[in-house]
Amino acid sequence: MFPLIPTSYFVALSGILFTLGVVGVLTRRNAIIVFMSVELMLNSANLAFVAFARQFMDVSGQVFVFFVMVVAAAEVAVGLALIVTIFRTKKSINVDEISQLKG
Amino acid sequence: MFSLVPLIIFIPLAGFAINALFGKQLGGQRAALLAVVAAAASFGIALAQYAALAGNGYHAETVLLAEWIHIGDFHVEWAFLVDTLSVTMMLVVSGVGTLIHIYALGYMREDVHHNHDEGRYTRFFVYLNLFLASMLVLVTGDSFLTLFVGWEGVGLCSYLLIGFWFEKGEKNIGNARAAMKAFVVNRIGDFGLMLAMFLIFWTFGSLTYAEVFERLETVRLEEWVIPAITLLLLLGAAGKSAQVPLYVWLPDAMAGPTPVSALIHAATMVTAGIYMITRSHELYALAEISMNVVAWVGAITAILAATIAVAQTDIKRVLAYSTISQLGFMIAAVGLGGYVAGMFHLVTHAFFKALLFLGSGSVIQAMERGAHHAHDHVDPQDMRNMGGLWGRLPITKWVYLIGALALAGLPPLSGFFSKDEILLDAFKHNQAIYWVLVVAAFFTAFYMGRQLLMVFFGQARTPSAEHAAESPAVMTAPLIILAVLSVVAGALNWPGLHWFTDWLGHTLGEHEILEFNWTVAGLSTGLALLALGAAYALYSRAFQRAEDKDPLESLLGPVFGWLRNKWYVDELYGFLFVKPFNALSHLTARAIDLGGIDMTFTNFGELAREVGRGFSRLQRGYARSYALVMFAGVVLVLAMFLVFR
Repeated sequence: MFPLIPTSYFVALSGILFTLGVVGVLTRRNAIIVFMSVELMLNSANLAFVAFARQFMDVSGQVFVFFVMVVAAAEVAVGLALIVTIFRTKKSINVDEISQLKG
Repeated sequence: MFSLVPLIIFIPLAGFAINALFGKQLGGQRAALLAVVAAAASFGIALAQYAALAGNGYHAETVLLAEWIHIGDFHVEWAFLVDTLSVTMMLVVSGVGTLIHIYALGYMREDVHHNHDEGRYTRFFVYLNLFLASMLVLVTGDSFLTLFVGWEGVGLCSYLLIGFWFEKGEKNIGNARAAMKAFVVNRIGDFGLMLAMFLIFWTFGSLTYAEVFERLETVRLEEWVIPAITLLLLLGAAGKSAQVPLYVWLPDAMAGPTPVSALIHAATMVTAGIYMITRSHELYALAEISMNVVAWVGAITAILAATIAVAQTDIKRVLAYSTISQLGFMIAAVGLGGYVAGMFHLVTHAFFKALLFLGSGSVIQAMERGAHHAHDHVDPQDMRNMGGLWGRLPITKWVYLIGALALAGLPPLSGFFSKDEILLDAFKHNQAIYWVLVVAAFFTAFYMGRQLLMVFFGQARTPSAEHAAESPAVMTAPLIILAVLSVVAGALNWPGLHWFTDWLGHTLGEHEILEFNWTVAGLSTGLALLALGAAYALYSRAFQRAEDKDPLESLLGPVFGWLRNKWYVDELYGFLFVKPFNALSHLTARAIDLGGIDMTFTNFGELAREVGRGFSRLQRGYARSYALVMFAGVVLVLAMFLVFR
């Protein structure tokens, strides 16, 4: 067998992807871009799962990825529905404008 | 018969309750009649007690009603002490009280009409019956505590009745002020009485008269105890019986309707102090120094008030200061050990002073009738507006004359005999006090002569006086009865017969009988006649017009101002006590209570509000900032995990 890519590389990549996702969520004003960033965070978690599954030769990690994907899909469905509804009233999907619940 | 005595209180009390609860339904006329009947019934019971005593060899009897307080060794009962002293008071209080109730039937009819409030008629009789009940509690009690209950009750009724027309008076608050003044000044006296009671209980372990006086011989007494008790009792008497320095409430109390002035502030309530001292005579017998103080307080009051009376212009004020002065005579008498003389004068004074007050009420209403007839608007109580009433008030004039001469002390009227006994006592025991009282007696005759001349003689000075009309029979009949009593009451204790001395002797013990002294009697009569003559000389031709100056003013110069302004005592008290106290009240109410305490709590509330407001500023509605905070929190937690393995 040729040497495996060390798991730490995968985890580092996963961390970088996660950070990119966080930055995207915190910084972007467009709601769809925020959702994409959230997807990016979820996928970085998936990558970490698969990496560890390969290291320990345990399939459970990959099975869990399926769960995460299902959750991501459901969340996107609901989220996009919300965005569409908000757009219908406010004609804009700028998250900064959705600030009526304030003290 | 003795067992009937609780009714003497419960009947007037029932009258009070029925009128208070159902007075409106009964209507003024029936309610008032009920009150009169209640008063008359209590007089009947008092007579029954007299008969019972007579049949009992004049020995005292205690009628127990119920247990009241029973705390360890402290025992007080609701009990009635029927002895010659209390029966004397019962008869005077209920007798004169009934006559005044009858008079008030007529007087208040006109008074409520004059003041435009017919509905208040019933209330008067409610208060009057309550007063009668309270006063009778005071005089029939067998302990200092029952005395105190009655004491406070009459104080309350005095307040209620002085302020009967509470929305009238100077600046629409004058009557209410006078009522407050009476109550507050009385309170100072009550403080003395309460301290005395505490001391009595502490020393003797009881408040019942019989027990306290029994234990006088057996209990070991420290030197200061009895003088302290007796002086504190004097303080109480000074408040209730208007002596120096607590007399200032009585002249202001004239703001009340005239029957009130007659009943409460002449014949009954104010005599409570003298009754109390007489009742405690065994205590006073052990404290010479206190008796001296009592006698001097009485003498000083007698002469001080008499000097003020000579310069007053309001018909009731003259009588008010006269009452203070005569009470001074009574207090001086008991201070000298002349309890019989003091009580004798109490009885005769009740008759002729009530007569004079009721008579003045008749005069005042006569003036009001004249004012109504002539559409005049002068003060009906100012003597300068009167004059010439001799020809216009056929009955009032005679009864007033009798009352005035009795007060001046002319024989053979009752006032002569009672005042003479006091002077005899003073002559025998304390010459200095004797001369003070003699001078006071001179002034007494003088100011009464002045009053008679200003009110009844000369020309009518105003249209009100010109058209003055006599009072109805319901008012003049009690006046006539009181006039008769003022004439014959001297017989109670004629020199030689001494019936009253023997009567009271059954309660007070052996009492020295002073021989009738022609010098003393002659001197006092002579001085009275001299004073009347002087009054005639000064006032028969004075006051041609209402605005004229008082001849005394030119005679006495600046001193007259002092007399007319009551020696500025009220102003002095205002400066010394009232103003500082009011300032203190303002300080505590505004600065401390409102400013300090209220502000603290308000500030707490404000603080909570501000904190809440501050926190609410955190919620701006921006989802991104919420997300950032959440992320920061996660980073923090992870860092903690990494650092604190």
